[in-house]
Amino acid sequence: MAGVAGGNDFQWCFSQVKGAIDEDVAEADIISTVEFNYSGDLLATGDKGGRVVIFQHEQESKNRPHLRGEYNVYSTFQSHEPEFDYLKSLEIEEKINKIRWLPQQNAAHFLLSTNDKTIKLWKISERDKRAEGYNLKDEDGRLRDPFRITSLRVPVLMPMDLMVEASPRRIFANAHTYHINSISVNSDHETYLSADDLRINLWHLEITDRSFNIVDIKPANMEELTEVITAAECHPHQCNVFVYSSSKGTIRLCDMRAAALCDRHSKFFEEPEDPSSRSFFSEIISSISDVKFSHSGRYMMTRDYLSVKVWDLNMENRPVETYQVHEYLRSKLCSLYENDCIFDKFECCWNGSDSAIMSGSYNNFFRMFDRNTRRDITLEASRESSKPRATLKPRKVSTGGKRKKDEISVDSLDFNKKILHTAWHPKDNVIAVAATNNLYIFQDKIN
Amino acid sequence: GAMECAVDAQSLISMSLMKIHSSRTQRGGIKLHKNLLVSYVLRNARQLYIKEKYAEIYRMQQYEEVMAVCSGIQELDPLEPLEPQGAEDAEPEQPYYRSCCMEDQFSQNCNKTTVLDLDTHVVTTVENGFLHQDCCCAAAPQCAPGAAARKRKVDSAACSPDAEEPSDYTAGRKRLKREECSGADCSPDASNISNLISIFGSGFSGLLSRQADLEQVCSKQALASLGAWTRAIVAF
Repeated sequence: MAGVAGGNDFQWCFSQVKGAIDEDVAEADIISTVEFNYSGDLLATGDKGGRVVIFQHEQESKNRPHLRGEYNVYSTFQSHEPEFDYLKSLEIEEKINKIRWLPQQNAAHFLLSTNDKTIKLWKISERDKRAEGYNLKDEDGRLRDPFRITSLRVPVLMPMDLMVEASPRRIFANAHTYHINSISVNSDHETYLSADDLRINLWHLEITDRSFNIVDIKPANMEELTEVITAAECHPHQCNVFVYSSSKGTIRLCDMRAAALCDRHSKFFEEPEDPSSRSFFSEIISSISDVKFSHSGRYMMTRDYLSVKVWDLNMENRPVETYQVHEYLRSKLCSLYENDCIFDKFECCWNGSDSAIMSGSYNNFFRMFDRNTRRDITLEASRESSKPRATLKPRKVSTGGKRKKDEISVDSLDFNKKILHTAWHPKDNVIAVAATNNLYIFQDKIN
Repeated sequence: GAMECAVDAQSLISMSLMKIHSSRTQRGGIKLHKNLLVSYVLRNARQLYIKEKYAEIYRMQQYEEVMAVCSGIQELDPLEPLEPQGAEDAEPEQPYYRSCCMEDQFSQNCNKTTVLDLDTHVVTTVENGFLHQDCCCAAAPQCAPGAAARKRKVDSAACSPDAEEPSDYTAGRKRLKREECSGADCSPDASNISNLISIFGSGFSGLLSRQADLEQVCSKQALASLGAWTRAIVAF
């Protein structure tokens, strides 16, 4: 499976875009998470308004088998509502921070969605039959007068238009004092972890009234606080292993068999800081915003403000690969601090074969890196290049003095157009890129 | 344009404090992660600010001692009266002091008088006029063309075979000053400087560990404003 564009055999092209075209973006419509399910058949997005929208992949049409099918809306539901914590006088945002799918076990689909405080398990099921001919109520649901019932009949299942229902099956609440940043389903398909700034809890999917605290980094005196947990993930195959990243740019791998409380790590991943690049903002840009295991489970990838790093789980003292996402921003850190962009949390993702990685940038640019060829490409999610099956043109940011034609200078970048969330289909070359309130879907075009 | 930003410690400090303050009214509650990162920038900026202020104090201190030595030398040799010379001779050794004392337009506004008592090492400054932040007048014994003349006297003396003596004397007095200021009977200002030296020698570490130390030893003259800033960072 090819990873990155370039060369004669592989190019990315536009497939679809979802969302309003309006220049005026409603805050609630801003997409906050994107996730394919295990088969890639379903694509879920969460937004700041607490809504979840699920797209389903349609079968390829028989007329044009060389084109992949499209993703169309499958289900939409309100997952979280704004809440108010009266004790602390705090409003709890309804923004969906993360969605994680469960592996499919029957006809229904299950996903976990979380805001800052509460995780919910949703069941998405199809209904295409309806029972008709009830005895006690008539067709529109009104109760029949018992005295009018003179005979007994057996209800019959009749076909109906497909209806997709989403219902909350479990609500996992009141377990996090701080803001939840991650959830991750374990490979045992029975448990999952949730992480906030200072603690990580382990849940059983069936049990909502209690969870186990497995990591607690809260200091006795909060004035001694020096780092927080920024992301956590379960190992894809070893159900006893998980990792969590910190604001100091370190990653800890923990083994749940070692102790009930995994405050002591099994492995500690940290790259020594380059003293020559020290600045006011060194701590901010080294903070890890995302950590993802490779599908193989052999590697993990971390994203900090300027780069993506691939780590071999067997080597703790430095990453095996480092990719610069937008190094040209290093000289602009002060301005980015002033306008708060330096706090943006970019995510990263692997392709299905772990041969390529992707992460977002500004100006609606996103970057892909091929780990084998070491080629990288910058593409843009824009309405201008949104003609059906139009090939995406590689973009370039000019860093030197002379700006070439078609290049864009650093000062012209639009820092309000940020690509924080991207997802790669688990098997095919299909990617979903969230650009503020729009979801772009790109796929490969094989000549 | 939009990307320009002043990377000086002071503006970063105020920017950071504004961010901490506005985060308290943000929807969804205080973001612990963001505030922690902001406090790191605040610490870094404050460290630089303190170092710069310390360097400034140190330079002023040096200049005071040089001037005190010069005036001492002048008193010993009454046969050489002071005579103001042409401006073209006024090349200062240390460029820091050039800002206002050497320029006539400012000299009439500089009415600060700073006196260093050579016995007790007490520095007192009388403010009676216009204040220049970078003004050498804050440290100079007297802000007048006479001061320039005295400085030039040092230069000419330095060219003589006796040149080594004044500088050795100055250095010697500086060393003496440091050693004497380890006890409790030292004047507040001088002991503050030596404490700052010991802090810088051991290096800064930790987020707020030195905050209490700094608030105790920082000279009010130079660092009083920082006290308000550090108090603003309350744990959330």
